[in-house]
Amino acid sequence: MTALDEIKIGGLGASRKRVEDNRFIRGKGNYTDDIVLPGMLHMEILRSPLAHARIKSIDTSKAWDIPGVHLVLTGEMMATRNLAWMPTLSYDTQAVLATDKVRFQGQEVACVIADDPYVARDGCEAIHVEYEPLPAIVNPTQAVAPDAPIIRDDKTNQADNVIYDWEVGDKEGTDRAFAEADVISKLQLHYPRSHPSPIECCASIADFNRATSKLTVYMTTQAPHIIRAAVAMVAELPEHMIRIVSPDIGGGFGNKVPVYPGYVCSILASILLERPVKWIEDKTGNLISTGFARDVYLTGELALRKDGKVLGVRMHTDADHGAFFSDAQPSKFKIGLMHSTFACYDIPVAHLTARGTYTNKAPGGVAYRCSFRVTEAMFFQERMMQAAANDLGMDQAAFRRMNFVRDDQFPHRTPFGFLLDSGQYAKCLDVGLEAVGYQDFQRQKEEAKARGRLLGIGISTMTEPLGAGNSREYDILGIKMFDSAELRVHMTGKALLRTGAKTQGQGHETTWAQIVAHELGIPAEDVTVEEGDTDTAPFGMGTYASRSTPVAGAAVAMVSRKIRAKARKLAAHLLEVSEEDVEWELGRFYVRSAPDRGVSIQECAMAAYSNMPDGMEPGLEGNAYYDPPNLTWPFACYIVTVEVDPETGVWDVLNVVAVDDCGVRINPMIVEGQIMGGLTEAYAMSNMQFITFDAEGNCVGSNYMDYLLPTAWETPGYELHEVVTPCPHHPIGAKGVGECAAVGGPAAFVNAVMDALRDTGVRNIDMPVLPDRVWEAIQFGRDVSGAPPVKTDE
Amino acid sequence: MSSLFQEQRDPVGGAVPIRRVSVTVNGERRVADVEPRLLLAHFLRQGLRLTGTHTGCDTTNCGACTVLLDGKPVKSCTVLAVQADGRAVTTVEGLASASELHPLQEGFKDEHGLQCGFCTPGMMLAAKALLDENPNPSEEDVRWALSGNLCRCTGYQNIVKSVLWAAQKLQGLSPQAAENGGSAT
Repeated sequence: MTALDEIKIGGLGASRKRVEDNRFIRGKGNYTDDIVLPGMLHMEILRSPLAHARIKSIDTSKAWDIPGVHLVLTGEMMATRNLAWMPTLSYDTQAVLATDKVRFQGQEVACVIADDPYVARDGCEAIHVEYEPLPAIVNPTQAVAPDAPIIRDDKTNQADNVIYDWEVGDKEGTDRAFAEADVISKLQLHYPRSHPSPIECCASIADFNRATSKLTVYMTTQAPHIIRAAVAMVAELPEHMIRIVSPDIGGGFGNKVPVYPGYVCSILASILLERPVKWIEDKTGNLISTGFARDVYLTGELALRKDGKVLGVRMHTDADHGAFFSDAQPSKFKIGLMHSTFACYDIPVAHLTARGTYTNKAPGGVAYRCSFRVTEAMFFQERMMQAAANDLGMDQAAFRRMNFVRDDQFPHRTPFGFLLDSGQYAKCLDVGLEAVGYQDFQRQKEEAKARGRLLGIGISTMTEPLGAGNSREYDILGIKMFDSAELRVHMTGKALLRTGAKTQGQGHETTWAQIVAHELGIPAEDVTVEEGDTDTAPFGMGTYASRSTPVAGAAVAMVSRKIRAKARKLAAHLLEVSEEDVEWELGRFYVRSAPDRGVSIQECAMAAYSNMPDGMEPGLEGNAYYDPPNLTWPFACYIVTVEVDPETGVWDVLNVVAVDDCGVRINPMIVEGQIMGGLTEAYAMSNMQFITFDAEGNCVGSNYMDYLLPTAWETPGYELHEVVTPCPHHPIGAKGVGECAAVGGPAAFVNAVMDALRDTGVRNIDMPVLPDRVWEAIQFGRDVSGAPPVKTDE
Repeated sequence: MSSLFQEQRDPVGGAVPIRRVSVTVNGERRVADVEPRLLLAHFLRQGLRLTGTHTGCDTTNCGACTVLLDGKPVKSCTVLAVQADGRAVTTVEGLASASELHPLQEGFKDEHGLQCGFCTPGMMLAAKALLDENPNPSEEDVRWALSGNLCRCTGYQNIVKSVLWAAQKLQGLSPQAAENGGSAT
């Protein structure tokens, strides 16, 4: 017998072509908007044009008069069912439809349900709302000003616009470190508000069946089981009578984690009308009302010894949460995992204070391609590291290297309490420097300078916490962050796998089958993967924060091992030996003393249905719930080179090198696809993509004409490298990866531009590093802030 | 066939003139009575149930709704169905023959040119328009031709490789020759 070739059966390490592509390339995907139910009606939302205003009256009579309109919902009607407000994922409340005031531009005011979406939109236009405008607040400084209007006057005990004051770390120890420092390096900056903006907007089809009392909701959600729990609690429907189906999703990036008013309204409308109600959000609705990301101000300081050793970190963050505190994050933390900052550096002491404020902007604070504010944490870290290297007059690569947690220091406890378990940081940096030609570039840069050209090189190195939980520390609304998998092996050895995660482009249908192939030797093509239907999938917390491979993927390995344990008993029975005498190799059990005598996993599967030993429960299926012992800690080194045109401020990317250590790669092709996608989001945020506001709270960036996303034309090419340090606690050694490049990447781009401008003495230009900001920095030799309000054309 | 709004009960009291349109979609003549304001994207999706054409942005920016109108790529979210009257439309459903995939479809799968799949039909049709005009494009040609189509997942590099793969295949060359088209190592 020759052993199975794991790559040939699509196992671990195979760049297997994706199963899901077969339908997508034919235009046969099944996205929410593709679903049509008999008798289905269509819903549109009327949104507030003002950022802050009291509602004096709403007249819906003309909308009701339009033929084809079935229902007009207002906040007043929602209130009679106790649904005008709903809880958020951060223990706050959010208006479903406004009753008293509107608190941001784009807030949901009314809904019209009609025969088709055109008529529903006609209905919205026929509604007359009378507003009394109030002063708008568009940044945290305005929010805490003494005369600031109170945005959340709906809440008792809310005397100002502050949501929380929070701190973590060792204040006294940090103060001592700063007192002993040779040099203190300080940096102030703003990580601008951004929007994940998947191409597919949010959507739902609610279908309440009065005869069975069952509510089925097809919707764009990354976490269908959390939605089921939320609907059970908010709408007071019994959980077993709620079925959430998340069909194909056209990108999520964190935007499709929260519960949005549109979902709730479509559900209520379906209950009232006893017909299916479809809501398809338009792009402007998506950009101005659903979960934004970032919008955090930093004041950061590093205590430094002359030789380059970092002695301590002091940070204060001011987060602008918009009108409702609806961050999707574990309940213990107020500013997500911001305190994972500086984790890859061996720093004795650190202290972080954080304040959150309400403003008249959309709520959200979602983990946009990151693990709960980790993107801000790593951006601040790497911008501060570059500024500190410059302040010390040190080489930025050498400065990082001397402060890294060394390979022999694991496990390593960070000053904020995280436990790092593995990594080869210096090796990753070396691979990156070699690939980009670091020394040679420094020479080119000097030569270019002599001819009046500005070249720059930016480095970003970071480890980030991915794959929440463990359940001791991580939960969403009290629900612990574990995940699950259920595996059924049919009698012919084919299998059906279901997990509590939900793919949105990550390729779970392909990679989960590879884990089964690795553990059981069943060819990946023989394994069907299903996710997203709460009536069939085991309970899970969904896909975001790069948690699927670390948690659900681990559950897939663990359930496969349970199946293998039972198959071993079946093998012993078939081989007529004791279980102890049976050995395993990929896809086959054999007799230890006679390796030629063996049975395949497929033969064991058949026996489970046709020839099981006396007393054995028939069948070959099982499930596993996996609670990870720790987060996974991938490491990455991103290096970018740029040329800045001093006349125009335009900068061009010359080279992007990415070195990712995400542990064992299940499907290298898919991993590389994730990294390139993340790098593009990093480039986008550094170069063009942001949502800002004018002084009246008007959203600038409310459609794709104003909210710029990079196309194939601007986007640079990428050179990818890998280092592999297996995760010591994950069953197959994998770490999260989907978000690394989006998290670590932005600082590399910005650092490169700032490096090119180093002789100007400018310390910071806020993202996006637009040409006019670069030009201003060069012309006037000053820092450039991007904080709102911005001036408009008028 | 059933016409687009046949099931409606005179939604605006008969005040809106209904226009009959005849459009050749993927080689088949389709006739429907439509409101003049009906978008081509909705004519295809809701009317003909050709849901491979996706709508993303409503403002002609994202290109998810790209179809070919008389062979030229258009954003069907900002074309009225009445403007397609008497003309020919190709959607993603018209790319493959009964027995085999179009090389672009093969190329996108082979080169991992898609993740969530939402932009993919529009990307492939924009690419088809390019290859129909320029069978042997450079990487730069491909990037320019696709610059009206947004993808949030892939970072484009593999999309470019997919199109170059298809170009090779359409010319009867070994698609592996396209491997060097992108710069991923």
